[in-house]
Amino acid sequence: MDEPIREKAATDTAAPPARPAEFQAADIGEAQATGVAQMAPTVPDTGRPSGLSPLNARRWENFKANRRGYWSLWVFGILFILSLFAEFLANDKPILVSYKGEFYTPIFVDYPEETFGGFLPVTNYRDPFIQDEIGANGWMIWPPIRYSYMSVNNEIPTPAPSAPSWTFTKEELCGRYPQGLNDPNCTPGNYNWLGTDDQARDVAARLIYGFRISVLFGLVLTLASAVIGVTAGAIQGYFGGWVDLIFQRFIEIWSSIPVLYLLLIIAAILPPGFWILLGIMLLFSWVAFVGVVRAEFLRARNFEYVNAARALGVGDWTIMGRHLLPNAMVATLTFLPFILNGSITTLTSLDFLGFGLPPGSPSLGEILAQGKNNLQAPWLGISGFVVLSLMLSLLVFIGEAVRDAFDPRKSFR
Amino acid sequence: MSQTASAVASRPSNGPAGAPLLSVENLSVAFHQGGRTTLAVDGVSFSIAKGETLALVGESGSGKSVSALSILKLLPYPAASHPNGAVIFSGENLIDEDERDLRRVRGNKISMIFQEPMSSLNPLHTIERQVGEVLKIHRGISDRQARERTLELLRQVGIREPEKRLGAYPHQLSGGQRQRVMIAMALANEPELLIADEPTTALDVTVQAQILELLKKLQAERQMAMLFITHDLGIVRKIADRVCVMYRGKIVEEGPTARIFAEPSHAYTKHLLAAEPRGMPPAANANAPVVMEAKDVKVWFPIRTGLFRRVTDHVKAVDGIDLTLRAGQTVGIVGESGSGKTTLGLALCRMIASKGQIAFDGERIDARSFKSMRPLRDRIQIVFQDPFGSLSPRMPITDIISEGLRVHQPGIGAAERDARVVAALGEVGLDPATRFRYPHEFSGGQRQRIAIARAMVLNPRFVMLDEPTSALDMSVQAQVVDLLRDLQQKHQLAYLFISHDLKVVRALANEVVVMRNGLVVERGPAAEIFERPQTDYTKALMAAAFAIETAPTGVVSQ
Repeated sequence: MDEPIREKAATDTAAPPARPAEFQAADIGEAQATGVAQMAPTVPDTGRPSGLSPLNARRWENFKANRRGYWSLWVFGILFILSLFAEFLANDKPILVSYKGEFYTPIFVDYPEETFGGFLPVTNYRDPFIQDEIGANGWMIWPPIRYSYMSVNNEIPTPAPSAPSWTFTKEELCGRYPQGLNDPNCTPGNYNWLGTDDQARDVAARLIYGFRISVLFGLVLTLASAVIGVTAGAIQGYFGGWVDLIFQRFIEIWSSIPVLYLLLIIAAILPPGFWILLGIMLLFSWVAFVGVVRAEFLRARNFEYVNAARALGVGDWTIMGRHLLPNAMVATLTFLPFILNGSITTLTSLDFLGFGLPPGSPSLGEILAQGKNNLQAPWLGISGFVVLSLMLSLLVFIGEAVRDAFDPRKSFR
Repeated sequence: MSQTASAVASRPSNGPAGAPLLSVENLSVAFHQGGRTTLAVDGVSFSIAKGETLALVGESGSGKSVSALSILKLLPYPAASHPNGAVIFSGENLIDEDERDLRRVRGNKISMIFQEPMSSLNPLHTIERQVGEVLKIHRGISDRQARERTLELLRQVGIREPEKRLGAYPHQLSGGQRQRVMIAMALANEPELLIADEPTTALDVTVQAQILELLKKLQAERQMAMLFITHDLGIVRKIADRVCVMYRGKIVEEGPTARIFAEPSHAYTKHLLAAEPRGMPPAANANAPVVMEAKDVKVWFPIRTGLFRRVTDHVKAVDGIDLTLRAGQTVGIVGESGSGKTTLGLALCRMIASKGQIAFDGERIDARSFKSMRPLRDRIQIVFQDPFGSLSPRMPITDIISEGLRVHQPGIGAAERDARVVAALGEVGLDPATRFRYPHEFSGGQRQRIAIARAMVLNPRFVMLDEPTSALDMSVQAQVVDLLRDLQQKHQLAYLFISHDLKVVRALANEVVVMRNGLVVERGPAAEIFERPQTDYTKALMAAAFAIETAPTGVVSQ
């Protein structure tokens, strides 16, 4: 897709910076005698240089030159990494408990309540009894938000869905706690900063977990479809002929199956879950990659350096991997962020319609659906919308920057 | 600007000599890339009078095309910029004009012909539409008028039966015909200045001679000025009144053609004039061991027609050719493009299917499948035409050169492989310390050396050289020819040298086969063919290659 731009004008105009002219190193007298500058400018024999190839280094420079895309990558990266540690940000279990001289990590291990003097099989750390017991014999460190995506706040100031905490006075917020204003649990960690949903679950916690599941779903789906799609496209493009013809007809039929109806039917038979949903969507999403990869392989298999490799006796699969795939990867990478966006949107819309992840899972689509059903609670719809649009916009900005960085004709000053 | 005898002769009665049509004054072009600024053209000045031909000569990267493109501001702005300079065309400074004003001039008063007739015509438009477009934009005439004018133009540029050609698409025309259409488009609005950017480089020598003759004729008829950009001094001598020699972005010498050729003053000009493939091919030795022998080789491509795609006829690309290649000897295959030279070579290397016997080292290989040919591929090597296309841009050259070693000698270790790469690079005259660089860091000639190193590292017996010099500058061609001859002598290689450039063939081949339409027209010892060509076709090829002269119509293709 990028390199040999063979048109005369393009090479000649691009050439002066890129290609050392025959004469650059030698002066003319020497040139006449020895044959012009055939010894490239000498460099110390340092062995194979490490790091990015010059081409990729230039692409990275171009990417960085697009400030919006570059910052979007940072913001998105930080948000994504933070969301991977969602359990440490929003959880109904403390991060670390010190009880009678011993340390406990409830996030990793489910301790029975007996450990802390109770009798239930699972400890509820939000229970005042357990809190008192641990408080008397040690201490515990809570995450900044003391709710997981499933935990219900029983002390909401108004019936669910309850408004964000900053719309209430401290008296109102603590009104339902046993000890009122003086209750130890009436702390900022127990406030619902973005309100609660109609089942009194914390919106902020659900958004953090929802962001994570959306991005992970999108990433896994995109990468899996890229692997399948690129392989299929590569085989079609490289071998061409009958393979190509039959495969193309198959894809035409395959992609004309209405995915949404199929999802509805399968959702009625199989219990909906992350992996089943992923599998069904993967069945159809890989097709998006085939066209561009196939075209790239069809074009590039006639490149002279591919012929040269064939003339050296290099095997078909090696040629595909070593010489052709990098060409196709440029085209693929360029629209990977947009496919990722598409996958996230699809998952969100399925959740919105109620055909997505199982009930109770944190998902952006579900929060939007709640917002639609509870118009009197605008914080649901607004916060869902803000998170979703922020995520999609960041990805589009990154995608734009990637696309420009891979465009050989684009130059940045 | 002093007018010379030849320049005055070519413009008989045209006003005072003092007022040039176009004058470029102290023009510079800079390119910005990755934070670096490179000066591609540095303070160039020249002028062209009405009816005059000025040639801009230089090797690739000298800035000649960039200078020409900046006259019409066709460079990729803002990556390109003009730090200083002016282009004065009939009193206006084109450098300061905006796009709208420039569009009035482009294709109207100043028009251009580009190098690649293939890619400068839109493949989806008919000839009528392409030529008509220029007319309609600048003259606003009706379809019917445009059609009449198009026919007239096509007739002028020597397209036979233009009525039938109006509806043709570019791919239905030959390279020469396409370039004629390009010229028709450039001439459509009777420009005062024609800029021709290597208009014949992509064409056969025979066609090149025709196109040059046509340009010269049209120029004389219309009193048009011409800026001719080329790297070929033979063409300059033929067509130009005055010459500007460019080297590294500067004009190093300027003067009337006759003087430049007779008494060049700058060292670079002397170097250019001296750069011709020299030397003699190895002596013919009929007793040398036979490396490859082919009998009655045929490559026919089926033409399928009708509903059931039945084979109704064949394109006979190679139609029954016998060939014997001996160790240390070179067979040169010459002919116009489309004569089947490359196809024959590829068939011998078993890269494409063919009929007829092919024996390599005494062993029949024509029945082998592509896969079972693989073990032999280390002894049969190909060097391709385009050094910019034949090296993968994503691999450092050490990987490119060692790729064959990995396939054919998987047993040797990394250190041994590296040692062989270093040896091969040394053999082709490149500094082995540069082996971790990527192809784009090398010039055309260096890249072709890398391609040769890739072939040589496997110690082949037979090398097919498919126009290995045609994409290179003249002085580099000479070096590559010398290198190939040295390597042949050292390793007793059998060469199949395919070229349309007879000068290079004369320097390398001791046997010549002249091909046309898949058939042998003439064959024999090189000295014999070059001294006493028997057929009209060979004579026409010679005339075109050595004297740039056209043959009577019908002998060669158009």
